[in-house]
Amino acid sequence: MNQALLLSVFVVASCGLAYELIAAALASYVLGDSVTQFSTVIGTYLFAMGVGSWLSRHVTRDLVVRFIQIELMIGVLGGFSAAALFFAFVWFAAPFKLMLYLVVFAIGALVGLEIPLIMRILKRDLAFKDVVSQVLTFDYLGALVVSVLFPILLVPHLGLVRSALLFGLLNALVALWALWLFREKLPRLGWLRTQCVVALLLLGSAFAVAGKVTDLAEAHLYSDEIVHAETSPYQRIVITRWKDDLRLFLNNNLQFSSRDEYRYHEALVHPGLATLPGARRVLVLGGGDGLAVREILKYPQVESVTLVDLDPAMTTLFSTAPALTALNENALASPKVRVVNADALQWLEENNERYDFVVIDFPDPSNFAIGKLYSSAFYRLLDKHLTENGLAAVQSTSPLYARQSYWCVVTTIESTGLVATPYHALVPSFGEWGYVLISRRAYQPPADYSVATRFLTPATTSALFEFPKDMARVEAEVNRLNNQVLVRYFEKEWRQVIR
Amino acid sequence: MDRRHFITGLGAVAGSTLLPACSPKAGKPIPPGRLLGSSLTLGHRLRSGAFPEPSETRRLPVVIIGAGIGGLSAGWKLKRAGFEDFLLLEMESEAGGNSRAGKNAVSAYPLGAHYLPLPTREAVATRELLAELGVLKGDPRAPRPEYEERYLCATPQERLYRNGLWQEGLFPQMGVAADDLAQYAAFQERMADFRQRRDSDGRRAFALPMALSSRSPDLLALDNTSMRDWLLAQGWDSAHLHWYVNYACRDDYGCSSDAVSAWAGIHYFACRDGEAANAETDTVLTTPGGNAWLADGLAQGLDERILPNALVYRVADTGRAVEIDLFLPQEARSIRLLAGQAIWAAPLFLVPGILAGNPMLQQAAQKYSYAPWLVANLTLKAFPEERAGTGVAWDNVLHDSPGLGYVVATHQQMRLRRGPTVLTYYRALSELSPTDARKRLEQTSREQWAADILDDLARPHPDIREQVTSIDIVRYGHAMARPIPGFIWGGARSPFAADEPRLRFAHADVSGFSLFEEAQYRGVLAAERTLDRLRIPYASSLS
Repeated sequence: MNQALLLSVFVVASCGLAYELIAAALASYVLGDSVTQFSTVIGTYLFAMGVGSWLSRHVTRDLVVRFIQIELMIGVLGGFSAAALFFAFVWFAAPFKLMLYLVVFAIGALVGLEIPLIMRILKRDLAFKDVVSQVLTFDYLGALVVSVLFPILLVPHLGLVRSALLFGLLNALVALWALWLFREKLPRLGWLRTQCVVALLLLGSAFAVAGKVTDLAEAHLYSDEIVHAETSPYQRIVITRWKDDLRLFLNNNLQFSSRDEYRYHEALVHPGLATLPGARRVLVLGGGDGLAVREILKYPQVESVTLVDLDPAMTTLFSTAPALTALNENALASPKVRVVNADALQWLEENNERYDFVVIDFPDPSNFAIGKLYSSAFYRLLDKHLTENGLAAVQSTSPLYARQSYWCVVTTIESTGLVATPYHALVPSFGEWGYVLISRRAYQPPADYSVATRFLTPATTSALFEFPKDMARVEAEVNRLNNQVLVRYFEKEWRQVIR
Repeated sequence: MDRRHFITGLGAVAGSTLLPACSPKAGKPIPPGRLLGSSLTLGHRLRSGAFPEPSETRRLPVVIIGAGIGGLSAGWKLKRAGFEDFLLLEMESEAGGNSRAGKNAVSAYPLGAHYLPLPTREAVATRELLAELGVLKGDPRAPRPEYEERYLCATPQERLYRNGLWQEGLFPQMGVAADDLAQYAAFQERMADFRQRRDSDGRRAFALPMALSSRSPDLLALDNTSMRDWLLAQGWDSAHLHWYVNYACRDDYGCSSDAVSAWAGIHYFACRDGEAANAETDTVLTTPGGNAWLADGLAQGLDERILPNALVYRVADTGRAVEIDLFLPQEARSIRLLAGQAIWAAPLFLVPGILAGNPMLQQAAQKYSYAPWLVANLTLKAFPEERAGTGVAWDNVLHDSPGLGYVVATHQQMRLRRGPTVLTYYRALSELSPTDARKRLEQTSREQWAADILDDLARPHPDIREQVTSIDIVRYGHAMARPIPGFIWGGARSPFAADEPRLRFAHADVSGFSLFEEAQYRGVLAAERTLDRLRIPYASSLS
């Protein structure tokens, strides 16, 4: 019996430390500044334990029953702490800190009650010196084990939400075990047993569906109603709608808003294509939403458009969903359009065809894998696919928010001997956005647009090629496969913007 | 099979993970694969020595024995000089030696050596080869030439897994004390000094090719102590620094820092100073198939001259010609070649068993010892799950591992998404004596090696077992000569480096350690000496 209680001290101590670490890690994760978060959380927690210990003198009767109930309370409160704090953060940012310290304080106070109670239960059978030495030994051992397991096993394998639930379950199991150990001495056994079972069921089922918790939370990361969500082998595709505004998110990054996407896509396509009356063959890399293709198909001289997009889920969605085909004017179903679901780079390496106009709409260079697609090696590969008078338009991040990144793309294109013509446009949902036209000889903006536009006019086009002072050219290194400076610039610059 | 790393950041290495992050999943079957390394069985046949008498004798002006990098380089130089009347004999079914590659539906992948550092200015032959292959652009003797971008290793080049985290560079950056950092900085500074140092004749302290190094007695004396003892004698006792240097020795020479001579150990850090117009000095040249492109480049146009599956079992210099007896397993007969000039480009441990009538060379060859290696190629249907920290690099090193880490065959690809890949895992069996290690290599099953490797890789990649579809293991009983203390400058090599009237040696073993540049230098040198004897004019590729 005593050994069993000591073992429960071990478990109880592990759980206590775990909640403290989880709260501190979660606070660091969402608020940053981990030194502050860890010290304030640990400080609050230890102080609360002191309060709990002090309060334990007021527990005078039914020690075992109180102990079991406290275990259940810690289990439920601690177990759901991470999930609750996470939701609190997603829903309302302001009182998050208040909630954090309240939760930490409550768990701390309850944990502070535990050890004095156990010592008093054990004191009935053991000498005081043995009680103190044994209880404290197991207390500290439990803390050690969790502090080692937390970074190595728990966070990487379970994550914070499920780790907390796991420890909640452990607390509840200790309660159940204590119930069994003292089953012959306890009053109202049935009622206590019901409490245990309810707590265990709550925690167990939450643990089982914890994967879904992130989905629920995700819904609140988007401000609008989610009308479509799917996870393809390549990415998470989410479409939201608010009134007439459709938005596409890929892996939580906004790709377009139907309110102003015409600005983005007109600027991507027309300054280049409008200067190529002889353009017959067009290639689009990325852009599975078909919106660039919609703009390209406005030119009657274009005979074929090849769209290479990795994800069949994207091209299928934008070929079939009525709201989306309305947006891209059923561009992907046009007989002129051939959709290829392949890795654009592999496809470029394996095909030798040349194109009069190429649209390059890759994601921003946020990691080394994508950074390669903005390297001098990539532009040399592109060069092999351009006809003699061909042009390519590249989306190349924001010259305002990521100024050096933008000019790095320009510098890199120039390093390969190609001509780079930088320009930009304002897309309200993105901000000021940058593009580069790639050509073999000097490029002249179009004097007129033969196709219908909502944004571009011949008179305003020249302004796209003017860079105001805060977006003017800055020095940048050439982005090479073997230095990947662009990813480093981009990381540095966007980190400053996001704050 | 040399693996060389340069220092990218400050820090030192220590500590060990408290607990393995994930225990191996018992019961999961080992993925299928092949066990390669036929030299083991053919080598045994050589030792048993029963071959039919030669049924035919042919005369040839020049014969090259062995079509690894040394032999191919000799053939390459002969052909460049316009001389093509020679035969290259290769025991294996294809040329390339330690620089061969495999290929499957996913990617090409190295079976051994996998990269070449930017060549030094002395490595003229290497630069000429790279220029011929279009990888070095412009003048091969330019101080800072431009290299073809797709061959320069893409960023990030290397990372280290330690205490549950991946970090950039090979030098630990977390939890490292100031004293360790200071020792590491001092070590780096000393290596930089060695890199700059020249003797009164203008020779570099540590040159690559090593034959061009200074013979200054104080430098050569470094060969008599071990790398580990030399570090300690400098007052450097940091466990982090010792881990780092030991890793370098295992990686490059297949033996630990207490078994490598300080001269060889310092050579590793101090010889590379190759520069490029479009890359940092520590950049390497690599391809999915490792160094096979270099072997293929050397072998270009030599197809007709290479005889594969030819097992040379006896070589003797008769004073008028070199008799070369070889067994052709596919024809089940032996033939004898009488070569006016012969170049031995096979590893030197074969000398005692094959070269007849030359006790001096046989004795010299017995002073060599060899490091056994294991190379495993794991084919994955997708990139494995990753632990926290910096993203996947070309070379991925595990801190507390019997292995040396793995390289990613698809690293040089430009792709939107990471798809299937091949990981090449290296392991030098440096913890055992070479004899015991060879025994272990022979007796351990493929399944056992595969299980060990999966356990090792499951620490940073918990789901690796779900992703791996096959594991091929290549065993190298004698992967490379070991530069143990007293060996490099102790005289064992010199009889093989000498220019004899008919038979000369062209293998990295003549330099004492296994680097592409050394093998190529020895091959080209032997070819040029042969051309001298034949009175054929040529432009030297050695200076």
